[in-house]
Amino acid sequence: MALVAENISLYLSGFNILRNINLSISAGKVTAIVGPNGAGKSTLIKVLSGDILPTSGGVLLNDKKLDRWPLEQRAKTMSVLPQHSSLDFPFTASEVVSLGRIPHQTGVQKDNEIVKEALDLVDASYLKSRFFTQMSGGEKQRVQLARVLAQIWEKEVYGEQFLVLDEPTASLDLSHQMLTVKVVTDLAKQGVGVVMVIHDLNLAASCADHIVVFDKGIIAATGQPDQVLNQELIGKVFGINPVIISHPNTGKPLVFS
Amino acid sequence: MRGLTASALSKLLWVLLPIVVLAALSVGTIDIPVSAIIQRTMNLVLGQAGAPIKDDYLSAVIFDIRLPRIILAFLVGAILAISGAVMQGLFRNPLAAPSLIGVSSGASVGASVVIVFAGSMLQSHSIIGLSLVACGAFIGSFLVTLFVYRLSTSTLGTSVTTMLLTGLAVSALAGALNSLLSYFADNEMLRQISIWQMGNLSTANWSRVIIIGAVGLVVLVLFPRDSKALNALLLGESEARHLGIDVQKVKRRLIILTTLGVGVSVAIAGMIGFVGLVVPHIVRLLIGPDHRSLLPVSALAGGILLVIADTVARVIISPTELPTGILTALLGAPFFILLLTHQRKASTIWP
Repeated sequence: MALVAENISLYLSGFNILRNINLSISAGKVTAIVGPNGAGKSTLIKVLSGDILPTSGGVLLNDKKLDRWPLEQRAKTMSVLPQHSSLDFPFTASEVVSLGRIPHQTGVQKDNEIVKEALDLVDASYLKSRFFTQMSGGEKQRVQLARVLAQIWEKEVYGEQFLVLDEPTASLDLSHQMLTVKVVTDLAKQGVGVVMVIHDLNLAASCADHIVVFDKGIIAATGQPDQVLNQELIGKVFGINPVIISHPNTGKPLVFS
Repeated sequence: MRGLTASALSKLLWVLLPIVVLAALSVGTIDIPVSAIIQRTMNLVLGQAGAPIKDDYLSAVIFDIRLPRIILAFLVGAILAISGAVMQGLFRNPLAAPSLIGVSSGASVGASVVIVFAGSMLQSHSIIGLSLVACGAFIGSFLVTLFVYRLSTSTLGTSVTTMLLTGLAVSALAGALNSLLSYFADNEMLRQISIWQMGNLSTANWSRVIIIGAVGLVVLVLFPRDSKALNALLLGESEARHLGIDVQKVKRRLIILTTLGVGVSVAIAGMIGFVGLVVPHIVRLLIGPDHRSLLPVSALAGGILLVIADTVARVIISPTELPTGILTALLGAPFFILLLTHQRKASTIWP
């Protein structure tokens, strides 16, 4: 089972933002979407998560059309972290994460346990009684990540679960970028399908099973990191003249501009 | 850190309520000792006719004048406060309040239209007449809320500037329409219309209490059922949808209920500003933004606050009295300015 984009096109105010996209996000794998600014990555994520209806084509979640899913069942199956989240009310970190348990009826005690573990996982336990409105950008991002993790903390009966992330590492420092990558890959090992937009090609290469290179509304290339991250393609898509070597320890490709 | 837990604040308010009600029954142009109030209440409740009391007018003052007014003030305060709390959640902004974004003005225009065009039916203080005015107020406030919401809220969030400016424009328009209606109105209508613009609870009687009580029951029971949805909505509309909330349905339901509450409150008690802004704000500061406790505690606090405000308005320049709306505005407006400057410092206002 998978999260599948079937021949998606999106036409908005005179522009072809997405053109005939076919993409399958497999359960148990990490799929990274990379590409230059304005390529349509975030739009694709919004279509995949049901925020925007495509002009043509459709999205299938576990073989069922996305808009046919009852909202609560869908919430238990797919969790989405948007790029920007504005929350101007003084919730504590614990309270924000507990919002991720809204679709579930597991009881306060169980929910509190999950909230605590989710905060632990993203190294945000020290924030638990602090107000969200007073946190730094990176702290907010980790708390929001904990929220979407808490939403799919346990296996559900509606098929494979998916986690959709739009730039989860954007305002994180190096160590927390690595932590996020680890959390995400661990989650995939447990069977969750992860798809994320990410700007850092090396970070994408280090954790992704599949990389989708997106450019001007179409998929320019897709495959394993060492197949996709080659000099010709990256040079063409990003308009740079890159140097690509192998990571001395992991063997994964490393891109220098 | 937060000042109080939700249950502590709620207990405190429940203790405060009977004290405030007793005090409000007791003070006024004639002071009635608490013992006399208790004795007459016992007589009424236990049905003891007993020996007819020679100063029977005290009973009339207590049960026909002060008690309906206190209940009315409590219900109006509770409805305005809970509607304000819901509206702030709906707009995802702590500055949204019925009186600031023109909802109350819309209600007053709706009410004025009914009075002027259905005037003859309203001469008596009948329940039908009052209900008609309430319907007019509901429609007026509904149209304004829809208009302001559409204009100021996008998928990115709510623009405070647009929201407040739209409210300003709508209030100006409402003011003009009210003046126009007053121009064509006769004396009796004029008197009725001017009552709203000041916000006055002195017209309280049992039929008004029944109408506001019915609406209050609907609003106070239905709002808390959407507490979780409101919590999710604070994250944003698409985030709430990803949490399994049917955002369109919830929004529609909450807009109808807030405008029903505000509209009918305005029709019955007039323009009583700032209760819907100040009360949820203070409660949120004390116990946090979780709507599961914010909504009921705000309602309770709003009710108590308006009973106090109305009592002060009754006695402050005794033997005449101040319209309650003037008092709440005198206290509320500086508080609002304080909030604005505070938000500016915290730079959490959206462009």
